[in-house]
Amino acid sequence: MTALNVRKYAPKKYLAENGALAGLLVLAVAIAIMQPAFLSAQNLLNVGVQAAVIAIMAFGMTFVVVAGGIDLSVGSIAALAAMVGALTAGPVGLVVGALCGLVNGALISYGKLPPFIATLAMLSVARGLTLVFSGGQPHETDELVSFLGSNLAPSLPLPLLLMLAFFGVTGLVLTRTNLGRRMYAIGGNEEAAKLSGIDVRKQKLWIYALSGLFAAAAGLVLAGRLGSAGPQAAVGYELDAIAAVVIGGASLSGGVGRATGTLVGALVLAVLRNGLNLLQVPPFWQQVVIGAVIALAALLDSLRRR
Amino acid sequence: MKTLITARGITKQFGATKALDGVDLDINAGEVHVLLGENGAGKSTLVKVLAGIHGHDEGTIEGRASLAVIHQELALVPELSVAENLFLNRLPRKFGFVDRAEMRRRAPELLERVGLNVDPNAKVRDLGIAQQQMIEIARALDKNAGVLILDEPTAVLTETETDRLLEIMAQLRENGVGLVFITHHLDEIQRIADRITVLRDGRSVGVLGPKATTQHMIELMVGRSIEEQYPRARKRPGQPLLRISNFTRRGVFRDINIEVRAGEVVGIAGLVGAGRTEVARAAFGVDDYDYGTVEVDGKPLPRNNVQAAIKAGLGLVPEDRKGQGLVLTATVGQNLELATLENRDAKRLTDVAGKLRIKGRVEQPVKELSGGNQQKVVIGKWLLADPKVLILDEPTRGVDVGAKVEIYELINRMTAQGRAVLLVSSDLPEVIGMSDRVVVMAHGRVAGELPKGATQDQVMALAVQEISA
Ligand SMILES: Nc1ncnc2c1ncn2[C@@H]1O[C@H](COP(=O)(O)OP(=O)(O)OP(=O)(O)O)[C@@H](O)[C@H]1O
Ligand SMILES: [Mg+2]
Repeated sequence: MTALNVRKYAPKKYLAENGALAGLLVLAVAIAIMQPAFLSAQNLLNVGVQAAVIAIMAFGMTFVVVAGGIDLSVGSIAALAAMVGALTAGPVGLVVGALCGLVNGALISYGKLPPFIATLAMLSVARGLTLVFSGGQPHETDELVSFLGSNLAPSLPLPLLLMLAFFGVTGLVLTRTNLGRRMYAIGGNEEAAKLSGIDVRKQKLWIYALSGLFAAAAGLVLAGRLGSAGPQAAVGYELDAIAAVVIGGASLSGGVGRATGTLVGALVLAVLRNGLNLLQVPPFWQQVVIGAVIALAALLDSLRRR
Repeated sequence: MKTLITARGITKQFGATKALDGVDLDINAGEVHVLLGENGAGKSTLVKVLAGIHGHDEGTIEGRASLAVIHQELALVPELSVAENLFLNRLPRKFGFVDRAEMRRRAPELLERVGLNVDPNAKVRDLGIAQQQMIEIARALDKNAGVLILDEPTAVLTETETDRLLEIMAQLRENGVGLVFITHHLDEIQRIADRITVLRDGRSVGVLGPKATTQHMIELMVGRSIEEQYPRARKRPGQPLLRISNFTRRGVFRDINIEVRAGEVVGIAGLVGAGRTEVARAAFGVDDYDYGTVEVDGKPLPRNNVQAAIKAGLGLVPEDRKGQGLVLTATVGQNLELATLENRDAKRLTDVAGKLRIKGRVEQPVKELSGGNQQKVVIGKWLLADPKVLILDEPTRGVDVGAKVEIYELINRMTAQGRAVLLVSSDLPEVIGMSDRVVVMAHGRVAGELPKGATQDQVMALAVQEISA
């Protein structure tokens, strides 16, 4: 009887921890069967590069979501950082992104605004500034930024490496630093965190600044790949980033989420987009399918948690 | 006597933990059946199986009579009003809409029945935890069920409310209702029990009659006897470590002066709503205050600054473990280390977890622990921080008799090392037995101070006293 129960329990536990990964594998196998070209080395690298921008953004979003918040401004911050980077220099773009995040954090912790509202405002302001600075025109990126989107060697795209580097950093921050521990505590029970001596407001400043910084990095990688920064770049990317985090098993009510989950979530979205293209699904239908898959992923997750 | 529910051989497994192992239980009409056992013995699990919230792996349950359950963890909606919570799920309706007039008419009746004097339109969030518990009880009573199960309802109640609840239970018993009652207060068991089923490690280890002695209950429950329930080892007090002076928050507390010296345990007793928790929170920097000062080891604390309070050497174990004490999404270990992130010490952590006899693994999600074991985690977090002055607000809520003694021993060890403890407690024997002196609060003021050895009657006389403003 005991043995039986343990066996019944084990796969359920495995699934609960690796649900998104199982979904990714099923998805990849299904696409590979319908279109074997999916498995070509070149295509797989493509998928990785396509995933990179959303993944880097989503890693920053993971901090925010784990701490019980949300950041709607990451797409706009990415565009602004890329535009500032193209007009001045790449590192300036990073600074601008982090500053936008700090403003978000200040509005949320000291202004007591709900994260949804504060970052929605930033979504509009950062996009507007991008348009103002650009004069409505795309601007070419300098060598440094273009390098971010290039290949180090014929089959070694830098965006892919950057994605892995950011993945490593995110994992370290979440699991090995006090900042990470505090994110889980704040998201899990803000009152308990406060009563344990955590300076919740200060932590939130850092958390949103990190999200802004990661978004800026994603924006620079995107611009580097395209060779230019456009005023309408990365529109709507915030939703993909949130989707990646949630598909990865994080909870929007806070306290739960992991770097591996987010990586897998971003890969699910990229594999899906790539597969739908390979299968020549018309773009309008692609949107329908992607939406359905996101809902399915979230549904499976909530069923697993029962 | 009519048997309403018969459960036989109930087994329930959570992963590797066998929470219940072949338990039998009869619930008879007109009888109070007490479930007794250590923290994590399986009492709440048995209740949840009976209520159909958990499935069981083996065994049979016959005759599920209409059942009302008051669960150990409160299940109220904080943002809704008292009245709305009372009728949650079965709001009176008129033309398809909520009939507010009817609700307003019936809510006071229900509140009256449990002797609760609150505004039915108040938000539940703004009430104390004892009042919330009484609302939960009122709601369950209104269902007029054949069987009523109460899982540690008195853990958060004071004497007066407990008396009231036991009266209500006796009345229901007269009317032929079958009652199941869980409590760690053995005196309550002696007052009301008709039968006592003792659980240990998921197994039923004996059924006792109403005349069982506390010694007998304890031995069956923990497998050994307990010599001294309140083993306070007194020490000659040293210099003052905590000094609260002229402490005032308008409308909440006034002119509070309390001093706690090194090596001392000072108790604060009083009725619910006397302002004890509010003083503790304000002193710790969680809430603001109007006048007065808080000094730790001679240094004044800035107001509204928890970090500064902790740095100065203050700690607070809050009264509401679910709302303020625990991060339920995290593991036992992550909760334990929360106040000591800057200087983590894995060895001391397992050490404290062991001393508190927390039943659960360090890497286990804390929400999987039984209520009493969760409470031990909140205390453990602050023992690890090793503050100069520790304020304990209802620290042994839901903790079993044996584990209480362990906690008292840890308090003794703190004071032996020259630390100080301010013990806020509604458990009169505890606050009298463990404190070197007891400050009694009433209506937001200090009503008086009693030396060691005061009687419960003396404390109560001060607690109910009317103070002219
Ligand atoms: N959802 C769960 N997942 C895993 N283990 C659980 C779960 N619920 C309870 N347990 C375990 O089952 C055992 C019995 O727990 P239960 O809550 O029934 O104890 P209890 O007798 O009510 O204790 P207390 O007096 O502290 O309330 C404990 O070891 C607990 O950790
Ligand atoms: Mg219990």
